[in-house]
Amino acid sequence: MSSAPPHEKPWGKRLAAGLVILYALVSIIPLIWIFLTGFKSPQDSISYPPKMVFSPTMEGYVNVFTTRTRQTPEYMETLPPPETWYDELVRSRSMVIAGPSKFGQRFLNSIIIGFGSTFLSVFLGTLAAYAFSRFKIPLKDDLMFFILSTRMMPPIAVAIPIFLMYRELGLADTHLGMILLYTAVNISLAVWLLKGFIDEIPREYEEAAMIDGYSRFQSFRKVVLPQATTGIAATAIFCLIFSWNEYAFALLLTSGTAQTAPPFIPTIIGEGGLDWPAVAAGATLFLVPIVFFTIMLRKHLLRGITFGAVRK
Amino acid sequence: MPRPSILQKIASSAAVATPAPVARQVRGLSDRAIAWLFVTPTILLLLAINIFPLIWTIQLSFTNYKANRAARGEKFIGLRNYERVLGDADIWITLQTTAHFLIWTMLLQVLLGFGLAWLLNKQFKGHSFWTTLILLPMMLSPAVVGNFWRFLYQPQIGLFNYIIAFFTGADPSSFEMLGDVNLAPWSIVIVDTWMWTPYIMLICLAGLRSIPDYIYEAAEVDRASKWRQFWSITIPMILPFLMLAVLFRAIENFKMFDLVVQLTNGGPGSVTELASINLKREAFEKWRTGYSSAFAIILFVTVFGVANIYVKALNAVKQR
Repeated sequence: MSSAPPHEKPWGKRLAAGLVILYALVSIIPLIWIFLTGFKSPQDSISYPPKMVFSPTMEGYVNVFTTRTRQTPEYMETLPPPETWYDELVRSRSMVIAGPSKFGQRFLNSIIIGFGSTFLSVFLGTLAAYAFSRFKIPLKDDLMFFILSTRMMPPIAVAIPIFLMYRELGLADTHLGMILLYTAVNISLAVWLLKGFIDEIPREYEEAAMIDGYSRFQSFRKVVLPQATTGIAATAIFCLIFSWNEYAFALLLTSGTAQTAPPFIPTIIGEGGLDWPAVAAGATLFLVPIVFFTIMLRKHLLRGITFGAVRK
Repeated sequence: MPRPSILQKIASSAAVATPAPVARQVRGLSDRAIAWLFVTPTILLLLAINIFPLIWTIQLSFTNYKANRAARGEKFIGLRNYERVLGDADIWITLQTTAHFLIWTMLLQVLLGFGLAWLLNKQFKGHSFWTTLILLPMMLSPAVVGNFWRFLYQPQIGLFNYIIAFFTGADPSSFEMLGDVNLAPWSIVIVDTWMWTPYIMLICLAGLRSIPDYIYEAAEVDRASKWRQFWSITIPMILPFLMLAVLFRAIENFKMFDLVVQLTNGGPGSVTELASINLKREAFEKWRTGYSSAFAIILFVTVFGVANIYVKALNAVKQR
């Protein structure tokens, strides 16, 4: 990494800093707004002018996890006193909690499908990347390009036959079906990224291990894998983020059992239209892990988003 | 680096005695067997879930099959679907809409992304913190964030309208970003630019950092003006990076689906109906499976062809 062009004037730097910070602050507003809206009451969320200062409430978070029914005041009076703070909150709106919403389950689906497909794609990807990195494979470049080109297809283009195929095989709206599908999408990224990481591990390490009596497979497991840990972890996070964010396939191929959070969150409806605080609460819970992952990945981000084509 | 001691031992022993073709004499599976064992599962998975469906799409594109009436069966109708797609005025409008979306998003993102990268490369204090902050939008779920932008764009209560009104003095309920035929295409361009400018920025930043200082120093010695340095050093050296970034983004934006489905779902009317959204409508709402398969194949061939030509151009620039 080289430093800035020489002889930079200090006011130039200050101006640059000012402009960048301005952009950063403006671009972060929508995210801050999601976060704030999650803590607003429905009335505050749709007030004009938009409220910057408001008394925070957990109503959005309660609403996103529960379904509620409106009750008559007479009925409300017959109820025993509320047992929990969220019971109390809901009753202050003359409603009672009828049960949990589907959000928890959709969130869990995102976790199961995300981690499942991440594990599979990193597992398969590591093996393939090692082979591509170390061995002479006929048509290697063509195979690598073939793997990459599967990424160029619009998801909707393959969604039709996948839809038909899954219907035949009974994989429609199942966790396994989605895990396999996301693995197939992610594997191109996994192979390309991991090949880059493994290419950077000197071959001499394995060769020396093999002289000491390791088999090729043992040297892969005991020498290459430990060396590639960082790369594998970074790749895994990229795969996880992709599966986590994926929407098109989830929208078209799942409807209930295996539906993930992205197609679900926009459909959270309250009385009289979208319940924006609940939507924002759901979105916040869904986005926060990715914010952490992004910060963790900072160093490898460039590599990940370019399939390993640009390395720092 | 984990376990350096073992590695040092291995490395030093490697330095002492490594005849070139060691692998052959090693016990266990042969290299060839391992290579195939390692690569096959990936290839099989891709064949099953990518290539087989693609071939099926091609096959379907020659039939009049309708997935919601599977019992009716399918009839081979040759190139009729392709003729219909290419003769369909709506398809051409869709492609035009996609082209507009692509051109404007790429233009804005390249200008903003490069500008930001150029400013960040001045490496003022705290630049890495601000970089991370700027990168956040592109990592988040486009569907979830796109859905929320719908809220920001509400004419009465939305923050976007409020801020625009605040600075221009216009009435915030006098314009409707998502509902207005003239503004809706811009509403999706704005959100896409907000989301993906960081992508171009990050790649440009890597490009700028790859330019060695001594080139600028030499230019200083030759008394080249800053302006001259910018056009004769910075721009040519960053071009391959910029082109790569545009390639990746253009492919993604050509397939653009999630963000726009959430924002406008193609509306109002069909002014923001991009290719993918049209495809979804044909395939999963009108259930014209054969017809939409033909359109899907045409789109795929287009991306693939254009990407190939572009990569050739990119390589030519790189080798200059």
